[in-house]
Amino acid sequence: MWPNLVQRQIPSRSMVYLSPVLALLMSLLAGVILFIIMGVSPLAALHAFFVEPLSTSYGIAELGVKATPLVLIGVALSLGFKAGVWNIGAEGQLTMGGLCGGMVALYFYGQDGFYILPLMLLAGVLGGSAWAAIVAFLRVRFNANEILTSLMLSYVAGLFLNLMMHGPLKDPEGFNFPESRQFSDSALLPILYEGTRLHIGAIIALIVVVFGWVILSRTLLGYQIKIAGSAPAACEHAGFSNSKIIWTTLLMGGGMAGLAGIIEVAGPIGQLLPNISPGYGFSAIIVAYVGRLHPVGALFAGLLLALTYLGGETAQIQLNLPVAVTGVFQGLLLFFLLACDVLIRYRIRFGKPALVVEKG
Amino acid sequence: MKDDSPYLIELKGMTKAFPGVLANDAVDLKIKAGEIHALLGENGAGKSTLVKMIYGILRPDAGTIFFNGKQVEIDSPAHARDLGIAMVFQHFSLFDSLSVVENISLGINKAVDLKKMAGEITEVSKRYGLPLDPHRHVYTLSVGERQRIEIVRCLLQEPKLLVMDEPTSVLTPQEVKKLFLTLNRLADEGLAILYISHKLDEIKTLCHHATILRLGKRIGTVNVDEESTSSLAMMMMGEELEKIERQQTVVAGEVRLKVDNLSMPAIDSTGISLSDIHLEVRAGEVVGIAGVAGNGQDELLRALNGEQICLEDSCILIENQHAGQLRPNARRRAGLASVPEKRLGHGAIPDMDLVDNAFMTGFHRMGLLARGLINYPKTRNFAHKVIADFAVKTSGSSVPANSLSGGNLQKFIIGRELTQQPEILIVSQPTWGVDAGATQTIRQALRALAANGAAVLIISQDLDELMEMSDRIGAICGGRLSLFYPTAEMTVEKVGLLMAGVSLEEGETNVA
Repeated sequence: MWPNLVQRQIPSRSMVYLSPVLALLMSLLAGVILFIIMGVSPLAALHAFFVEPLSTSYGIAELGVKATPLVLIGVALSLGFKAGVWNIGAEGQLTMGGLCGGMVALYFYGQDGFYILPLMLLAGVLGGSAWAAIVAFLRVRFNANEILTSLMLSYVAGLFLNLMMHGPLKDPEGFNFPESRQFSDSALLPILYEGTRLHIGAIIALIVVVFGWVILSRTLLGYQIKIAGSAPAACEHAGFSNSKIIWTTLLMGGGMAGLAGIIEVAGPIGQLLPNISPGYGFSAIIVAYVGRLHPVGALFAGLLLALTYLGGETAQIQLNLPVAVTGVFQGLLLFFLLACDVLIRYRIRFGKPALVVEKG
Repeated sequence: MKDDSPYLIELKGMTKAFPGVLANDAVDLKIKAGEIHALLGENGAGKSTLVKMIYGILRPDAGTIFFNGKQVEIDSPAHARDLGIAMVFQHFSLFDSLSVVENISLGINKAVDLKKMAGEITEVSKRYGLPLDPHRHVYTLSVGERQRIEIVRCLLQEPKLLVMDEPTSVLTPQEVKKLFLTLNRLADEGLAILYISHKLDEIKTLCHHATILRLGKRIGTVNVDEESTSSLAMMMMGEELEKIERQQTVVAGEVRLKVDNLSMPAIDSTGISLSDIHLEVRAGEVVGIAGVAGNGQDELLRALNGEQICLEDSCILIENQHAGQLRPNARRRAGLASVPEKRLGHGAIPDMDLVDNAFMTGFHRMGLLARGLINYPKTRNFAHKVIADFAVKTSGSSVPANSLSGGNLQKFIIGRELTQQPEILIVSQPTWGVDAGATQTIRQALRALAANGAAVLIISQDLDELMEMSDRIGAICGGRLSLFYPTAEMTVEKVGLLMAGVSLEEGETNVA
């Protein structure tokens, strides 16, 4: 008997939260199959992937370091996706934010001042927002699809950073390597625990989670975001402007991505490089969805995705697995999640549809 | 042709369940050749489900169909057409940019000779009084003419059974009369017609027999001539309808809403542009706007509500203040509330709960917002008050809006606006698809609002409702408003002319 999909009378609330768990289990299973095919012991691989990184306090601190940008962007993207604004170009906004903030750091190179870091963070937010503003303008003015424009602008941003690194921002004493100077200490984020790389950005990410939560559940803006995504006509009827919501969510998404960018640059990296992110902006899309488009969910999903980054590195070192395993894992997770989400509205029934007839 | 059964089609024990509802519960139906058989029931009674099973769109969970005495399993519309069953849908499937003959040829599975087919179309359309030029493009045709294409398309297949799903909901009274002549002629030639409707007087004039459905069950099959409109209504609704007495408003007060020379281009190619709209609604009166669906009703409501703002601030005056460029919330503050036709997705947010839905239009006038934060306890109280005052049947305020039945949701939406005590209320299709009890509640509430000095504007396709509710009546056609006349001086025929864009004084069309 073939299983059937039967529509549920009301969407299942428990499935909303079970679906990511189910998707994670299925990605693990697919991962095991993948490891067997690659000739690696699945147990050793899973251990390297998910246990090893968390076995030291340094590893846990690293988890926080990797999760910080993912959570920052994931929270902001959640709000945008909820409003039906598909900004998938956070990677580019992150790049521009990192570049703008980094330029502030280089401008104040060798100087001291309490104002330098705040200025850098501000420049990061503004840089990311400005990049997203292009997308918002094109969408509102010309109805250009933001999926395409935001994605394409990501590549533009990446190439622009490259150009800057090979040109004006190159370290004058850097033997012609495309890298900027190392930032002065006044332009580096303070470390939370000595001996780790965990920096104050993690605290900022937690604050953003709380802010995102309050905005979404308690404010008029959050209400507008929810109704714009689920019923655009009702949104207009209520008198909320759709273009205002597009602008707001894109500027917020771009701003948070830019903040994540400068936090990366001023935190773990400490200088500008031609490549400042291992795809955090794209992985944050998965974070937003696995987190059920909820800021608190994004926190947990961010930690999970951060673990796949760390695990990928460990697996690379210990088992000689290619670094692409991380991407494969993240991709599997998103695919399984999207598939499992069907079960929110449908349930599986085996056999022929049974009749529900009340004899009367 | 009839082997041993006197019936062309015989349905026995048709049953179909959807999640949560038994749409059809062991329904029987028998139609003879040459008979016009009505399928009568309120919205949601299961009429559409039954015909979809006849036409092979839905598969029954149980039940058998005999066609020409032979048991058949209709598994697709193509199979239904092969058997000789044709169907005219409520919503047409026509390509605007193609001509009539091209449209018809598309619905036929084999390759066709367009010239030959054009000849056939002319012939069929002449024979049955369905004037139609095969070479006209569909976008130039009126709704009535478009329906003729669908009918001709069916007739070309030489069907034995023609199913018509609420064919008159898009027609003016004059067009309805012409359609009935055609249908009678077809029946005389031996075609069986299954006519789906909830309009009782139509069924009285047209049909021979009627099968009445209520809540998915067959209540009975009757000879229409032996029944009165009210006995049919009783079977359909399950209760005797009380008419509310129309109180004549003595004197209307000052003008609360004035629309002066409002024109607005259509937003997209399927929209209707509004032109030269003039309108006045006074305190204490109910003004009705009749019209066939899709003639600019939605656009008018959106323009009055401020979802689309006017070019000139002076186009719309609320309490003598320019309001043409105010957004919906500013208009709400000025006292104008509105209820759009489409409830789920326009008047309410389907997947959000009733508290959030109460907040949607109520937050300004009810003061549900404090320093940018939503005051949820206060919003909950507001939602509970609406639910209690308007007897909304729901298990609580935390259920999503789409779990409410159409009538209950409409009571909630209208209650939400009325509780805010607006000075002006614009409501589109107040009782469409709403059961009899809720209809009465809603109409009484609207009347009471007007009696308390508010200006009420009702946009509706239900002529009976407008004749009963409104003090003055006019019609919208092609985005233009007719003049308004006291309802007491109007007849259904006269309103029908207005709906067709004919002005009563000159007796000629004013639609370009």
